[in-house]
Amino acid sequence: MADLALNRSVAPPSRWVAGLKRGGARLWIGAALVGVLVLVALLAPWIAPHDPIEQDLMSAQLPPAWINGGDPAYLLGTDSLGRCVLSRLIYSARTAVVVALIAASLAAAIGIALGLVAGSFGGWVDQLTSRLIDVWMAFPPVLLSIVLAAVIGAGLTSVIAAIVVVDWTRFARVVRAETMVQLQRDYAAAARVIGLSRGGILRLEILPNLVPLVVTLLAVEMGIAILVEVILSFVGISVAGDTATWGGMIAEGRQIVYQAPWIMALPILCIISSVIGFNLLGDGLRLVLDPVQRR
Amino acid sequence: MTTILAIRDLHVAIGHHADATNVLRGASLEVGAGEVRGLVGESGAGKSMLGRAVLGLLPANAIVAAGSIHFEGRDLVAMPESERRNLLGRRIALIPQDPMTSLNPVKRVGAQISNLLRRHLGLSKRDALGRAAELLVEVAIREPRRVLELYPHEISGGMRQRVLIAMAFACDPSLVIADEPTTALDVTVQRQVLQLVERLRQRHGAAILFVTHDLGVVAKICRTMTVLHAGRVLEEGETVDVLAKPRHPYTRALLAATPRADRPAEALRPVPPALIEGLWAEARRLDGQLAMAAS
Repeated sequence: MADLALNRSVAPPSRWVAGLKRGGARLWIGAALVGVLVLVALLAPWIAPHDPIEQDLMSAQLPPAWINGGDPAYLLGTDSLGRCVLSRLIYSARTAVVVALIAASLAAAIGIALGLVAGSFGGWVDQLTSRLIDVWMAFPPVLLSIVLAAVIGAGLTSVIAAIVVVDWTRFARVVRAETMVQLQRDYAAAARVIGLSRGGILRLEILPNLVPLVVTLLAVEMGIAILVEVILSFVGISVAGDTATWGGMIAEGRQIVYQAPWIMALPILCIISSVIGFNLLGDGLRLVLDPVQRR
Repeated sequence: MTTILAIRDLHVAIGHHADATNVLRGASLEVGAGEVRGLVGESGAGKSMLGRAVLGLLPANAIVAAGSIHFEGRDLVAMPESERRNLLGRRIALIPQDPMTSLNPVKRVGAQISNLLRRHLGLSKRDALGRAAELLVEVAIREPRRVLELYPHEISGGMRQRVLIAMAFACDPSLVIADEPTTALDVTVQRQVLQLVERLRQRHGAAILFVTHDLGVVAKICRTMTVLHAGRVLEEGETVDVLAKPRHPYTRALLAATPRADRPAEALRPVPPALIEGLWAEARRLDGQLAMAAS
């Protein structure tokens, strides 16, 4: 019997290279932005020029070093209490990264588990989960976070808890819908015919198909988690008062925005570039990970 | 010849109690060890449902309302789910209809075959991959080691169907249900696939229930055949006999509708189920009268 032509010879390493190429500029820009953010967070004590809570009232509200009146020791100037803005931005990245990684992962874990269960069992299990998600999403998420943070008390844990409690629905909804779609596919039926149990099918057959989707969602969710942390710290119910956060810096800078606009502008820039970084990374990774797009 | 599959008076209903539609209405069928039986009928005759009932793959809203399916002496309908799963893929296998969608798109061919072997035969990962390569050689795939490394979308439809055939025979099943395995393929590939199925059947000694609407295919590889219409068996016997002198008018109509090179095809004159119902009732009435007259 004639062998049907394989028109392409693909070796595993070249497949990865092709995938990374397809990720394109988005992947690289996203990875670079997120990489810088994570590195800065990890290396904060070594790269920050000053202690972020050290006050120097003699040199308060200094402009960035390259503007008239700036001090080369304070590269991005100082705030109203004379604290180094650059150091505070660097230390704020720690809070942002910790919240983004932990909160998004926990929300994903809960959301994926519930989404898989709802999508595969159907019936009243699905009804219950779906109605729960509907009700959850009918309430403004930031307000819910604020209420939660107010109830459990301020602190890193409550910020993370607030994000997880609100945002698991994002994963649950998408995973539920996609699980239902995938279970209708012939390969899921074929998996039943080789004797896999429901759990086995979900774990071995369905979950691998959800990876590109989940990775994208996870990256987007990390960006959202950073935003929620900013909002909560802006209104003052995030981590303890003297810990540097971007939201806290914006709140402080807001009061002296006419005298020292950079104090408010710089953390906003940091937030925008981190969120864009996560979103681009998510897009790029989806293209790399989805084998069906590896054509 | 020992009987390995005995379906008796099988009723399958779709829908809820009030408006349930019976897709199978007392179908009975036997398949002996090593037998190749064709199961033919027009669309909607219930032939696919019958195959699915044996595999436990009925749609969620369908139930086996009555009857039994004995496989190697044990009733598949009454059997607990876990026990049935243990048979599927190992003793009963499926060659699915659509090779394009029956393989998991995100898993390599090798992983899909070796998972099956590891699950049912308890092979180690390395042994399973080795055995998978041997199976691919059996279905005339050159360079099996390379194909094992590929994803389903990287191989042609004919090759995917051969991978599925290899998987069906992988654990030496005693019954293979082929659900229109040639329908989605073009004619030249169809012939190769049929030859392949026949060769693997001989080598592995499995019986095949060949579900199809193509009488040409039945004539080629099935020694016995069963004609199904409106959920009931109309006629069965040796393929040569049934095709040469069909007893039932519906079989004759089915034969006349088969396009052949030597004469123009006739449209299949559909026999309304009600008419057949009427014929059956008439026959029973006559039987009754004869019995009365005899006594």
